[in-house]
Amino acid sequence: MSKERKVVVTPETTWKETTPGGIIIDAGNAEDFKTGDWRSMKPIWLQDKCKQCLLCYPVCPDTSILINEEGKRVDFDYDHCKGCGVCVEVCPFDAIDFVEEE
Amino acid sequence: MAIRDRLSGNEAVAVAMKQINPDVVAAFPITPSTEVPQYFSSFVSDGKVDTEFVPVESEHSAMSACIGAQAAGARTITATSANGLALMWEMLYIAASSRLPVTLAVVNRALSGPINIHNDHSDSMGARDSGWIQLYGETNQEAYDNLIQAIRIGEHPDVMLPVMCCYDGFITSHAVENIELVEDEKVKEFVGDYKPEHYLNNAANPVAMGPLDLQNHYFEHKRQQAEAMKNAKKVILEIAAEYEKLTGRKYGLFEEYKMDDAEVAVVVINSTAGTAKYVVDQLREKGVKAGLIKIRVYRPFPVEEIAAALSKCKAVAVMDKADSFNAAGGPLFTDITSALYGRVDGVKVINYIYGLGGRDVKTDDIEVVYNELLEIVKTGQVKSVYNYLGVRE
Ligand code: SF4
Ligand code: SF4
Repeated sequence: MSKERKVVVTPETTWKETTPGGIIIDAGNAEDFKTGDWRSMKPIWLQDKCKQCLLCYPVCPDTSILINEEGKRVDFDYDHCKGCGVCVEVCPFDAIDFVEEE
Repeated sequence: MAIRDRLSGNEAVAVAMKQINPDVVAAFPITPSTEVPQYFSSFVSDGKVDTEFVPVESEHSAMSACIGAQAAGARTITATSANGLALMWEMLYIAASSRLPVTLAVVNRALSGPINIHNDHSDSMGARDSGWIQLYGETNQEAYDNLIQAIRIGEHPDVMLPVMCCYDGFITSHAVENIELVEDEKVKEFVGDYKPEHYLNNAANPVAMGPLDLQNHYFEHKRQQAEAMKNAKKVILEIAAEYEKLTGRKYGLFEEYKMDDAEVAVVVINSTAGTAKYVVDQLREKGVKAGLIKIRVYRPFPVEEIAAALSKCKAVAVMDKADSFNAAGGPLFTDITSALYGRVDGVKVINYIYGLGGRDVKTDDIEVVYNELLEIVKTGQVKSVYNYLGVRE
């Protein structure tokens, strides 16, 4: 999970609270920016077809394929997945479906 | 004891830079500011400063290098004039909006075209809305004193804005005059070290600067920037008071010359104030209640203070050494009249555009202005608001 941030700038942050000149005080704050709502296509993980080969994991440009403590992939992080479809193309076992976002 | 010397304006500014001993100077030569980096580079090669001197290929690069250095955590100074300032334009806004207190000596020169190397204020006046603090100096002494104070003003945590120190090309930059310098160690102590809260070369606290800033946040940053400019007025006066303790020389937002009982007054910027003060003295001898205001701080513009200072005058002439081409009046005129609006009623204000491209301004010219003001007081009539002084009709 995200580590403690010194300044969390949100759409509600006022001019008195925001950082001078837009300086980004914390590294790794891309996590705060939910890009999931940019998605028009949505990848669906078909768990029964998945062989856990993990070829999908490194190609995701948004680190949206999550790996658990046992080193197994789990479901997508839909808060950040932009629906680019790269993982869909890469999966050798057709274990990722690609459907229109509702 | 202060050091008595005789220096040109450019030399005085270069000496101030030597005493400040900034971390970085990045500059590109352009008349009449060339001597500033030229003198300074000799201090660098003689080992008199610890500064990293970056000879760049253009003024755009000079300001870019200054921004990069200041963002990294370095105290940075540069100098330019006219078209050089124009080439910095894009980066001026970036320095100000990134809240980087770069210091810039602007040796005022007419901005082309037609091409001209002599003094007027069309260069820095064009940058008046770039978000930089603008200080103006009449003499080599003021150019020197402003530059030293600029460091403290810009770097103040309530301000964090870049500062332009402007003085007249050739008239002030090249004329040699007597000057009182502050001792090196006193300047060093006065400016102190640059200690920004956030800077790029800070491995313990990494930050990113200059990010994309869209509809959700840009406006808040601009509002914050506007507040910093409002804060600057108070800070400028605090630093001036501290500087006065050090040197005995008093600085304010503007200088009032024989304004106490003045009925007619001229408002002017930079070296022409010297000529105009002479005319004020002559008029005073004849019993005319003449006064003068010389603007030192143009950004932030001292709106309330100017309105108060002019409130007892009957007629005022604002002299602009730059035209706005707005078909209404010069930049200083626009600011003075809007300062008076709603604060002071009944003061008649006229505008003279003068001295463009280095056209000489003599005492006779200034007399014409005061005579016109006296005529306005006598008749109560303003014949013309937006006028030109010293142009062939
Ligand atoms: S669709 Fe693109 S963004 Fe979404 S998980 Fe697959 S690779 Fe990542
Ligand atoms: S590439 Fe396909 S099979 Fe391999 S881990 Fe990813 S979803 Fe499972």
